[in-house]
Amino acid sequence: MSEPRAFTTPSTPRYSPVVKTSMAFVVIALISLVFADISITTLDPWSEMERMAWGVATPDFTAVTDIVMVIIQTIAFALCGVALGAVGGFLLAQVFHIGPIRWGCAGVRAIHELFWALIFLQMLGLTPLTGVLAIAIPYAGICAKVYAETLEEAELPALAALPYGTGIISGFFYAHLPDVWVHIKNYTSYRFECGLRSSTVLGFVGLPTLGFYLETAFSEGNYSEAAALLIIFYILIATLRFWMRPKLVGLYVLVAPFLLGGGAAIDMANIVRFLTVDIVPAPLRSGSITAVETWENTKDWAGMLLFDQALPGMVATLLLTQIALVVTGVLALMLFPLISKKFFGRVPRLIGHVFLVVLRSTPEFILAYIFLQLWGPSMLPAIVALSLHNGAIIGHLVGRFSDEIRLRSDSPRGLNLYGFEILPRVYGQFLAFLFYRWEVIMRETAILGILGIATFGFYVDSALADIRLDRVMFLIGIMVFFNVAVDALSRHIRSRLRLSTQAGQA
Amino acid sequence: MLFKLSNENLGYDGGAVLHGISIEISKGERVALIGESGAGKSTLLSVLQDRHGGNTALIPQQPGLVRSLSVFHNVYMGSLHRHGAAYNILNLVWPRKSEIVRIRPIVERLGLGDKLFEPAGELSGGQQQRTAIARAILQGGDAVLGDEPVSAADNHQSRVILAALAETFPTVVLAMHDIDLALEFSTRIIGIKDGGIALDAPAAELTRSGLDFLYRQ
Repeated sequence: MSEPRAFTTPSTPRYSPVVKTSMAFVVIALISLVFADISITTLDPWSEMERMAWGVATPDFTAVTDIVMVIIQTIAFALCGVALGAVGGFLLAQVFHIGPIRWGCAGVRAIHELFWALIFLQMLGLTPLTGVLAIAIPYAGICAKVYAETLEEAELPALAALPYGTGIISGFFYAHLPDVWVHIKNYTSYRFECGLRSSTVLGFVGLPTLGFYLETAFSEGNYSEAAALLIIFYILIATLRFWMRPKLVGLYVLVAPFLLGGGAAIDMANIVRFLTVDIVPAPLRSGSITAVETWENTKDWAGMLLFDQALPGMVATLLLTQIALVVTGVLALMLFPLISKKFFGRVPRLIGHVFLVVLRSTPEFILAYIFLQLWGPSMLPAIVALSLHNGAIIGHLVGRFSDEIRLRSDSPRGLNLYGFEILPRVYGQFLAFLFYRWEVIMRETAILGILGIATFGFYVDSALADIRLDRVMFLIGIMVFFNVAVDALSRHIRSRLRLSTQAGQA
Repeated sequence: MLFKLSNENLGYDGGAVLHGISIEISKGERVALIGESGAGKSTLLSVLQDRHGGNTALIPQQPGLVRSLSVFHNVYMGSLHRHGAAYNILNLVWPRKSEIVRIRPIVERLGLGDKLFEPAGELSGGQQQRTAIARAILQGGDAVLGDEPVSAADNHQSRVILAALAETFPTVVLAMHDIDLALEFSTRIIGIKDGGIALDAPAAELTRSGLDFLYRQ
């Protein structure tokens, strides 16, 4: 910017920071691809796919035993978890300006519901409380952040006119909260939809929700039953606004705790042992705390975990995350025209909507599980699952955004319309959504390890299988650190590129 | 003495700056602040409010309503300080009959009877202004400080509003732009011009033309 260059035409085009950042991410993903493990290891993926397709074509609703109870319990876990998380998040939002509270929330939401479930399974056993807490704790962390940001955005003209001597609580409920109530309500109902997905997925670790029966059906090859369960799940999500009425929420939340089903009794001694013995690093547990040797051993223990497990797990997680992120982006850019009024008429859009709704409603964990059955353990099923799910979410948001663009009447059509008119206008929003999902994709990538892909979750799951809970906690701690770091990096890039979008939308 | 400023310089938040202001307002006075827009009437009012703090009601120029709450709840906010938090929250979720009985006549007098349970954000500017006035009336106190409270009301409504304020509050201090109304309603006129008080006299001694100089460049 030093010398005037008004009269010289640059011979090469200069790229904007947005384009440069995008290119950098594509290059990183391509390099990651070189190191990634992508292969199809099953002997005959096509015949398996054929059997699955046949299952989808012939869903068998009679095969599912106690289907009503399964649905009720899936909803009950989501209700209890989200209600507890939302109330906890709301209270935390009031003190969110306090540093340690903010960091605590970031740490808590960096751990996937399934990891929480695995931790509580060790502590509380297979009890309803395990499922409820596995949803409530990370959701409290997420809700606290979004509620706090929402409350901060409130306009407060009424606060100045309050009578002298009005209490803080009365002032908050009258002059502050009502202004943002609609946003909080909408976000919480979105969270409940997420909660239904979480509740379903928790079945994969043994809780009595839809996921439990899905896993059984899949592993036994009963694809007709699996298809029926998935269809029930989609109907549940699609009819949400008909049965989740604002006036009934209170009643639902009151009844839900009694519908969680029984479970093993919670053993207090077990909890105490978990907190005081199990999670203490093994060398510290067995050795004398004053002996130099004990600390040497602990150092070796931490070094071993760090270099033999955390590091390879983290590298694989990062590789997979970066690839999935870029594929997600490409897919989103390909998918969003399907639902955009700028490109298609009513009927094709309707089909596009159904397609995107199915993809984004299916938890990525279940998608990954299905592709893993087809192709065997490698990064491929994870990449495809993550990209389809997240690509559909972002495609939906970008498609809706593109409807608001006003075009001149003689604008081009087809690919020219896409490339010259629409894409440049939606690209900023698109990148903002994508960077919001970055942290989510990474959290999901880590958890897919428990399906057998060599990401972080794989090492956590192996340590769990050996009942080495000290290792589990150590590894999860490192993962929290990485996740919070990616979140911070994403925020940094968004603010540098001046990308903004409404919080919590993506 | 209800309000007292002696030789003070006032200015806030980028508002107009006033120099060497001395005012004493005692109980029972009805004061109209007049002057061009931007002369510093709002600044003076907010300083009076800050200094007195306690038992005065405020009618801000931007009515200061919660748009998503009903007229009833906005008016009720004038009595938040009289109840505990639990009662206030109960009344927010489930309006108490006793409060409705208290609030309805105030709102009806100001011509908003049919809007009692409509969200304030859906009312016209004038209706919102009257909602803020109803809130101040419910709040009550030694004095009311109003920033152009009748700017969006017609002649008849203005008189109804001013009469209601005069009945409720022993002392009334209002910034006004309608000089005839100010002369008719108030007992004392304070004129602001060029960052200071240019006129301070009983309304009975003044005429309309005698105030024109306040609006001349």
